[in-house]
Parts: sequence; structure tokens; C-alpha cells
Amino acid sequence: MRIENHPILTFPERKRVPFSFDGREIEGREGEPIAAALLAAGVRVFSYSPKYHRPRGFFCAVGRCASCLMEVNGAANVRICVTPLEEGMKVRTQRRAEKLK
Amino acid sequence: MLAKTGVPSPKEIRRCLPARERRSAGPVAVIECLERIPCDPCQFLCPQGAIRPFANLNELPRLDEERCTGCGACISGCPGLAIFVVDEGFSEAEALVKLPYEFRPVPEKRREVWALDREGNRLCRAVVIAVRRNANLTNVISLAVPKSLAARVRNILPEEGLYGR
Amino acid sequence: MIQTDIAVIGGGPAGLSAALSAAACGARVTLIDNGLRLGGQLIKQTHRFFGANDFYAGLRGFEIAERLVREIRKIDRIDILSPASVTGIYEDGVLTVAAERSSRRVKPKKVVVATGASENMIPFQNNDLPGVYGAGAVQTLMNLYGVLPGSRVLVVGAGNIGLIVSYQLLQAGVRVEAVVESQGRIGGYGVHASKIRRSGVPIYTRHSIRSVNGGEGVEEAVIAAVDQKMRWQEGTEKKFRVDAVCLAAGLSPLVDLLWMTGCRMRFVRELGGYVALRDRNLRTTVETIYIAGDAAGIEEATSAMIEGKLAGLSAALSLRPHNPGSQRELGELHSQLARFRDNPAGKKAARGIRKASLPGRQEEKC
Repeated sequence: MRIENHPILTFPERKRVPFSFDGREIEGREGEPIAAALLAAGVRVFSYSPKYHRPRGFFCAVGRCASCLMEVNGAANVRICVTPLEEGMKVRTQRRAEKLK
Repeated sequence: MLAKTGVPSPKEIRRCLPARERRSAGPVAVIECLERIPCDPCQFLCPQGAIRPFANLNELPRLDEERCTGCGACISGCPGLAIFVVDEGFSEAEALVKLPYEFRPVPEKRREVWALDREGNRLCRAVVIAVRRNANLTNVISLAVPKSLAARVRNILPEEGLYGR
Repeated sequence: MIQTDIAVIGGGPAGLSAALSAAACGARVTLIDNGLRLGGQLIKQTHRFFGANDFYAGLRGFEIAERLVREIRKIDRIDILSPASVTGIYEDGVLTVAAERSSRRVKPKKVVVATGASENMIPFQNNDLPGVYGAGAVQTLMNLYGVLPGSRVLVVGAGNIGLIVSYQLLQAGVRVEAVVESQGRIGGYGVHASKIRRSGVPIYTRHSIRSVNGGEGVEEAVIAAVDQKMRWQEGTEKKFRVDAVCLAAGLSPLVDLLWMTGCRMRFVRELGGYVALRDRNLRTTVETIYIAGDAAGIEEATSAMIEGKLAGLSAALSLRPHNPGSQRELGELHSQLARFRDNPAGKKAARGIRKASLPGRQEEKC
């Protein structure tokens, strides 16, 4: 969910861009962190823990906690909370920390 | 803020509320700043110079009630949103309360809203007499309330479901 | 290898202020910051700042950040590496810096470490569920990107951060079910608490969060009363239907780089954890390393800015011959800090700083 009308802040106009998430087409705003786009689209589970399969999601927002790692355009272990969204990005969840290619 | 609940105690309120006589004589500021913190812009906000100059950055503001005209210039300048204006001479039955407001939607003049106390409890329905939209985005709402509630009304609720409530 | 006079690590209020004051003294400055934007935590602050009228009082945090960054960009002598992370400070004085697709080395004559703080995590059942967020993350989502963290939130911690974020949540149209605080009183300023109390948000002191529950994310939070020794009081549980929990349970100085330098460190509770010992002009026991802001001890943005100025000036003056004007400037900054701390909250910080201070007389050679 996005803020429509804020009493103090004006958010910069960002272009609406389509991208794919686990094969699904969704829309985000160009330049915002991929994680913000996913949260705005109602996606809160970003991965599952390797051993106990516990759902994990957004946490620190500054690229420190490793809770948000996903595959982006084929690259593994991308910190989506600090990676700006680009049109047509292919974002996929990972099962665990994947091998770098 | 005694016991640090975020709600001033009656004793603390008595310390900053001007006497009834002064409140009935016309609008006057009520500066609910009760804690020593490093903050001094209020002394520079008053066009009448009614907030006495600070000797120390951390002292509590002192109001010269005679100089104060209740214009409300201080309301939107206080960083803590702790200054209000009351006018218990507004009408026979009503007092005017001016309060700072930083939420959306900003109610329109003549709209009826809920008047809330310092704990967010609904005290009564009240009519918005005036709305001053300030460039610094701390707007000032003037509200007509029953006289007996002038010392308690400190916030409004324009619609059901606002603040997610 | 980038040669520079002064490397400032961290582009928040302390680092920006240090870079400006060092450059004003004629030093070449390399400012290194790992955020997507300069300004540190300031850029997310929508509330009006307190402080002295002639020092940003009344301005909103993000406005202060804008001003500082504008000033920085005007000065050729300040080079900015951003986003870039300092991964080490080595014995030979070299900083290793990692950027997105490159790595650099910087050889400064002096360093100001202004790396800020990290948020504390607190243990409670299911605290790994999606929907449990740090306060900084909530501010980033809401105030930088306009995305809501949830529709009904429980805030843990009634220090200034918890109170400020609660107010920001309300402004964003989010329902704040409650704020819980484990101490017997609110830790933040009363006026911050008043703003949310008069919007109907209850503050439960002597309470803490016991668990959150939910399938694929937070659906419910359970709080309970605690005694002075933080023991749960049975039978006092309260449940809230929430979809997010915002943790604002304190900050700890980010001092990893300082440990690397070998400077003397001490655990000081009042300052939030381990900090470097420092002299009056914020120099550590390693004479090339200075500190400022939350990395020197958890306090506020205003004190961070003054400390930043002091550390930057102090570091720059150490590279230039001593002159009487500089003592006056340093003295003025010390006075500003003393004035800012002459109140209950500041006295606590001052106590901490005394514990972290190196014995020594008035600053001789800077």
C-alpha cells in the first residue's frame, strides 16, 4: 500500500514500471528499492530460512541483515532493499543463499 | 509530563494555564512546555515579545500574559507542538481553542469535528471556526468548544477512522 | 590510492558537519558514505527539530540534511565516495573502500569516524516473522518511498525514536495500536509523547513484547508487564491484532572500524555500548583518529552536528600551525555542547562522556 496524501512530505514522481516477480507481472516505481515495490504490491515473504523453512521478509532496509536476498536478472544474492527497480527486471525468490555464477 | 506518561498532570497544567480572568478577557497563549530540553525558538516567534528572552537554552518559556494578544503566531513555530491559544471570551457559551495540526485531511471551515483531550478521548463535537494553512506545514485550527472544556481540548478528529482509529 | 588530508567516514549529520568544518579550515576532505543518499538518518526525519534558534531549531530533519548536502556539494575540496563502504582501517593508515563494482584505497592524514549507530534487536518469540521491522526501516519505507509498513502497528520502545516513528506512522495514516516501554517511564521527550497521546495512542510503561504470532507474517502481538528486573508478570498479557511491529529498543554505536585501529575502547552504558576514549577535541588514543556523532556515543542529531564540527575542525587544525583564533572556535563549540547538554537528558550523556574521556588538560596542540 502506498501513501496517497502526506501532511509533510511530497514524494518525487516516479515512472510506473512493470517487472516480473517469480514469473508474475507486477508494477512498481522506477528507482525505488525492489523491496519497497514488493511491499507496496503486498508481497511480505521474501524467502524461507534454510533449515526450518520459516518465512523471512524485509527488516533493516539498509543492506545489512541479509533477510531480503533475491535473484535479480539472473544474479544471485542481491540485496533488494538497496537495489533500485528498473523496468523489466526479473526478480526471483531464492531457496537459500545461492552460488554466485 | 509528571510520571512521564506524555500527559501533563492537573498540577502541571495549572502552572501554564493563565488565570480564568485573563482567559475570559480575550485570547491568550497556553504554553504546555513542562520539561527542560534544549529548545528556544519560541522566544523569537512572538510579534509582541510576550515570551520572555531565555537566559539558558534549556529553560522553560515564560509568558507575559498582559503582552500576549493570543494571535497564535507561536503555535506553529513551536517544534514540540506544545503551544495553544484559548479565548474564553469568544461568546456567551463558547470558548475558542487554537491548536497545531499536522495530519490529513485538514478540515474545512464550518466543518464539525470531534474535539479530543490530551489522551485522545472524545470530549464533544466542535465547529471549525478557522483554518490557517502555514507554509511550514504546521497548520493551526481554531475550534469553538463549550467554555468548560477550553482547558482540555487539545486535538481534533475530523473523520471516523482517522489515525487508523 | 586516493591521497587526502582528512577522510570522513559517514555522511550523516556528524560526518557532513565534520567535512564542512575541515574544508573550511583548508583541508582536502574525502567523505565516504554507504547510503543511497547523503544525510544519514536526518533525511527521514519529518519532525521539527529542537535546539537553538540560530542552529536549525524549527527546521524539519530532512530540511537540515538538504542544507548540509547543498553546502557540501559547493565545495571542490570535498570529494564524495558514495555509495561506498569503508571495510577496514589498517595499521599503515590506509582505508579500504568497497563500492558497487569497484574497490579503492584511501590514504588520509587524519580520519573522522562518524559511522553512527545500529539498532538493537530484542528477543521475543517469532521475532523473525515478516512484519517485524526496525524503526529505521519503517522510516525508510514511509518517508523515503511512500510505502506503508502495515496498517496496524505495535511500536516497541518509548525513547525519542519510538515516539517520533509512532507520530510519523499516524501521519502516514497507519493505526498505532500501542507503544510499549520496558522502563517505568517514557524515555523520550514529553512533548513527543504528548503528540501521540492526544491522538489516542496508549503508552504501556513497564511492558514488553513477549511474542508475535502469524502464519506467513505478523498477525498478532502479545505484550505483558515486566517488573524492574524485566521478569514477566504472569496474567498481564494483552494481545493486539497488528500486521507490523516496529522495534525502537535503543541504539548501539557502530565501532567496528574503531576496534580495528587499536584505539582504547570502553563499555559505557550511558553512551549505548562500547565507545572509543577521546580527548576534549574528540581525538582517540590513536592520534590520527577522531570520532563524532552516535559512533562516539548515542545522543541526538544536534549534538552530532556540533561534535562533527568539533572533530572536523580539530583534525584539520592538527595539520596546520596552531593559531589563537582556532582555540576560540574550539572553545565556542565546547560551550555549545555544554549548553545543549545542560538538562536532564543531556546530563546523562555528559556522565557517559566523562567516563569515556581521556584525562588531560585543556587542549594544547590540536
